[in-house]
Amino acid sequence: MEARPRTSVAGPAPAAGRKRSPYPSWFYLPAAIVYAVLFLVPTVTSFYFSLTRWSIFDSQFIGFDNYVTFFREPALVSGLWHTVVYAVITSGLKVVLGLGLAVLLTSQIIGRGYLRSVVFFPVLVSTIGVGLTFTILLDPEEGLVNESLALIGIQGPGWLTDPSFALVSVALVDVWKGVGLATLIYIAGIVSIPQEYFEAARVDGATAWQNFRKIVLPLARPATFTVILLSLIGGLRSFDLIWAMTRGGPGFTSDVIASVIYKQYQAGFYGLSTAGNVVLFLLVTAIIFPLSRYLNSKEVDL
Amino acid sequence: MTRRHTPHRIALAVFSAGTLALGACSAGSLGSSDDEGGGGKVALSFLTDNQPETVKMAEGLAKDFTAKNPDITVNVETRPQGTEGDNIVKTRLSTGDMTDMFMYNSGSLMQALAPQKNLTPVDDFAGQLDENFKKAVGSDGKIYGVPFGNYMAGAILYNKEVYDKNGLKVPTTWDEFQANNAKLKAAGVDPVIQTYGETWTSQLFILGDYHNVEAASPGWAEQYTKNQAKYATTPAAKAGFDHLQQVHDAGYVNKDFASAKLTDGLNKLAKGQGAQYPILSAMVSQLIADNPGSENKIGLFAIPGADAAKNGLTVWAPNGLYIPTSTTGDKLAAAKKFLGFVASPDGCASMGKATTPTGPYAVTGCELPDSVPQAVKDMQTYIDKQGASSLALEFLSPVKGPALEQICVEVGSGIRKADAAAKLYDEDVKKQAQQLGLEGW
Amino acid sequence: MTAAVEVRRKPRKNLVLSVVAILLSVVVFLVPFAFIVLTAVKSRQEASRLDFSWPSQFHLVQNFVDVVQARDYMLIIAFINSTILTVASVAILVVLSAMVAFVLQRRRTRWTGLVNFLVLSGLIIPPAVVPTIWVLQKLGLFRTMPGLILIEVAFGLSFCILLFRAFIATIPRELDEAAIIDGAGPMRLFFRVILPLLRSVIITVVVVQSVTVFNDFVNPLYFLPGDQNATVQLTLYNFSSAYSTQYNLLFMDILLITIPPLIMFLFFNKRIVAGMTAGAVKG
Repeated sequence: MEARPRTSVAGPAPAAGRKRSPYPSWFYLPAAIVYAVLFLVPTVTSFYFSLTRWSIFDSQFIGFDNYVTFFREPALVSGLWHTVVYAVITSGLKVVLGLGLAVLLTSQIIGRGYLRSVVFFPVLVSTIGVGLTFTILLDPEEGLVNESLALIGIQGPGWLTDPSFALVSVALVDVWKGVGLATLIYIAGIVSIPQEYFEAARVDGATAWQNFRKIVLPLARPATFTVILLSLIGGLRSFDLIWAMTRGGPGFTSDVIASVIYKQYQAGFYGLSTAGNVVLFLLVTAIIFPLSRYLNSKEVDL
Repeated sequence: MTRRHTPHRIALAVFSAGTLALGACSAGSLGSSDDEGGGGKVALSFLTDNQPETVKMAEGLAKDFTAKNPDITVNVETRPQGTEGDNIVKTRLSTGDMTDMFMYNSGSLMQALAPQKNLTPVDDFAGQLDENFKKAVGSDGKIYGVPFGNYMAGAILYNKEVYDKNGLKVPTTWDEFQANNAKLKAAGVDPVIQTYGETWTSQLFILGDYHNVEAASPGWAEQYTKNQAKYATTPAAKAGFDHLQQVHDAGYVNKDFASAKLTDGLNKLAKGQGAQYPILSAMVSQLIADNPGSENKIGLFAIPGADAAKNGLTVWAPNGLYIPTSTTGDKLAAAKKFLGFVASPDGCASMGKATTPTGPYAVTGCELPDSVPQAVKDMQTYIDKQGASSLALEFLSPVKGPALEQICVEVGSGIRKADAAAKLYDEDVKKQAQQLGLEGW
Repeated sequence: MTAAVEVRRKPRKNLVLSVVAILLSVVVFLVPFAFIVLTAVKSRQEASRLDFSWPSQFHLVQNFVDVVQARDYMLIIAFINSTILTVASVAILVVLSAMVAFVLQRRRTRWTGLVNFLVLSGLIIPPAVVPTIWVLQKLGLFRTMPGLILIEVAFGLSFCILLFRAFIATIPRELDEAAIIDGAGPMRLFFRVILPLLRSVIITVVVVQSVTVFNDFVNPLYFLPGDQNATVQLTLYNFSSAYSTQYNLLFMDILLITIPPLIMFLFFNKRIVAGMTAGAVKG
C-alpha cells in the first residue's frame, strides 16, 4: 500500500500548543493519494479533453464545439427532462414507501423479521440481474405481469415498449430494488428516537397517527435527508438499470443524460462524451449542493 | 449496420470481452488449453466477434489450417459485437496489445482504425481478391485485409409458401409491395415482420434501399460524404423512412413488433405467421439452423423502389481479417501464411463446411456449392445481372450516424414521422462527420 | 433491539395489518424471486416459455453443472476475481476512510474545509470514464486487478468517510485522552483504541460496500475488460445471446451470484441497523 511518511505534511496545526497532534494530518495522505490520482486528476483532465476531438488514436483541440454539439443532440433535451422525472419519481417514492415500511416494520406486527428481510433482499441482487428478470416479467405479450392482469380482465400496456410507460416502468423497478435501503435507513432513524417521547405521548393519550405526525416525522428528518440525497444523486447519475431494460428506448423515450453520454462513448466520440460528463456534473451539483445546504439548515437536534 | 450489430444482447454487451492479456492478480483461465508450445512451433492468437456462426468459421479455419501446417496453432478468442466490440478493438490497437490477427468490419469502420498506422499491408494477396472487396479494405493504394465470410444482402426474406398460397408475385416496385401487403393482411398473415426488441433490425428499409438511391441519383454517396446531399432533401434517400412509416401506419407489421427479437422474427417467417422480413441475408443460416427443412421455403428479393427497371440489391462486403502492426517476426510470417490460407479456395471450403454459406465469396476461384439455400440463389441472380446490385453506403462513405437504429424504431413505432426522422438523422450524421473531423462539415 | 420496550408499550399485535403486509410482500417481493428460482431449475424448453409454473422435472444439478462449466469454467474464474476485488477493495476502504474520518472529526485544521468539500464532491461528481482510463494507462494499471481495486476504493471513499465520521462523533474524546496519557502515539491510538470501537459501523460499511463492489458491473466493464478478468456480473451475458437465450441457465447464474451477498446479509442482518443508527441517519 502507500508509503507512510514519518514527517507531517500538514504543516503546523493552528491551535498547536503541542508538538505532535494525536490526530496527524498525514492520516489523510493514503486516501488522498488514491482519491487525487484516480478521481481528481481524471475529473480535472476531463475539462481539457471535453474541449478536444478525441478518437482513441489522437486528440485535437476544438474549443467549445463539443458542448455545442452535445446541446444540439436530439436526445439531450428530452433526456434532461427524463433525468429529472426519473430522479424525482425514484427518490420521492423511496421516501414515502421507505418511511411507511419503516413505521410498519418497527410496529408490533406478525412476521416482522421475515418482512424486514424480504424488503431488503432486492438490494442484494445486482442491477443487471434485476433488469433481466423484470424485462421478462414485464414483456407485453407473455410476461407474468400482463398475463396476471389478463386473468382479471385488464389489458396491460407494453410496460417497456410503450413510449409513455417505458421510463416510469424502469423507475418503478428502481424503487422496487432500492426501497429496502431507504427502509433500513428509516428503521435506524426511528429506532434511535428516545423512548421517552413515546412514553410522554402515551401518557397524553396520543393516537398512533399523532405519534407519527408529531414524533416520528420530525425526528426521523435526518433519515429523510439521507434518503433524499442518496436516491436523488443515484437517480440523476445512474443509468445502468435503464440500459439493462430498455437501452433508452423505444427510440429515445427513456434516454437520460447518463445514457446519452454512454452512447457517445460507445460511438467512439470520446471528447463529446467527456463534455457530456461535465454537463452532467454541473447539473447534479446545481441540484444537490443547494438542496444539501437547505436540508442541513433545517436539521433538528434530538 | 452490418453483422457487427447483430447481437444486441440484452444490455451493455461489452461484457464478454475477448481473452486479454492476463492482468496481475486475476484468476486467468481454468481448464483451457495451454498457449505457447516450444521448439519452432508458433501459436497465433485470433480475435473474432462472438456471434456463433463467426466462431464456428474461425475455429474451423484454425483447425483446417493447423492440419496443413502442424507447426502453427491458432487460438480463437472472442469479443462482443456492436459498438462495444468496436471500442475493444480500438483500445487494444491503441495500447499495442491486439491479438496476432483479428477479424473486423470492412468499409468505413475499418477505415476508422487508422490502417496506415495500425495495420500491416497484405498486398501479396491482392490477386486473389475481387475488386469490390479490395475497395472495402484498401487505403492509400494498399490492401490491409482478406475476406472472412461471404457477401451478404440487405433485402427482404419472404416465405414462398405463403406467397404461392395467396397467388402473389415478387414485387419490383414499392406500390406492388404494398398491394401484396394488403392482400396478405386480408388473408390473416402479418405482411411485414419487424423486431425492435433488437434495435439494429429496424434499419433495413433505409440501409437496404441504397441501390435504389444510387440508381435514382448516381454519385449520391460522394455528394453525401462532401456534405452536399442530405437524406431529408433527396426524395430517393428519404423514401426509406417513408416506407417504414407507411408500413406502420397501414398496420402491416406483426402485433409484437416492439418487443420481438431477431429469433422471433426468423421463426415467424419460417412458420408462415409472417410473410416478409427485411433483414440481412446472412440470417438465413440462423433461420435454417432453427427450422430444419426450410432451405427452399425462404426466398429473397431486393427492397423495392420507385422504378421497376432500376430496382436492385444492396450488398455488404464480407468482414476482413487483419494483422496489426504489433505482430512481428515469426508470428508475422505465420499470420501471413494463415491469411493466405483464408484467401484461397481451401479457406473458402473450410468456412463453407463450418456454416451454410449465405452469399458469394470475395476470393477468386471460390464457387458456391449447388446446395445453397434458395435465398442465396435469389441473391446470386441479382449479382450476376449487370447493374442490379450496389455496395451499401457504408462501403462508399465514412459518414454514418450512430443513432439510426433508434430513429428507425421511432418511425417504425409511429413515434416520429418520416420527414422529421430524416432531418434528425441528417443532424446525427453531421455530428459524426464533425467528430471524425471530415472536410466540409 | 427495542422489541422489549415496544412490547411493553403496545402489547397487542395488529393482526389485520400483519396479514395484509405479508400477503402484499408475497406478491411484490416473493413472486419475482420464486420466478427466478423456478426458472433456474427448469429444462431449457420449459424455461423458454417464461411462465410462472411448477417445473415438470427438476434440473437443479444439471443446470448448476452447465452454468459452472460454461465458457471454460468462466464462472469460477469470475468468482475468484470478484472475491479478490471485493475483499481487497473493502479492506483498504475501511482502513483509509476510517483514518480520514477520525482526523476529520477530531481536529479542525485548515484542511478540514477542503476535505469536507472533496468528500461531498466525491459523492456527487460522476466519474469521468475515459480520462480515468487514460490515467490508468499512464500508470500501467489499466486492465489490471490492482488498478480496478484502487478505482473501487477511490469511488467508495466519500460514502464510507461520511458513515465513519458520524459514528466517531459518538465516541467520547475522554477515551483518546486517556490513551494519550498512557503514552499512545497516533498510530496506536487509532488502530488499538478507536478502530475496535468502530466495530458496528465497520460491519455496516463492509456489508454495504461489499454488496456494491460485488454487484458492480460498470467499473469492471470499463477498467478491467477481458474474459480472463471477468467478474461475476459479466457472466450473466454468457447465457443470453441474440440467438438463443438459455433462460434456465441465466436464472441459475443470477441465483448463484446472489448467494454471497445473501449469506453476508443473513449473517450480519441485525447489526447493519445498529451501525446505521449511529451512522447515516445523523450524518
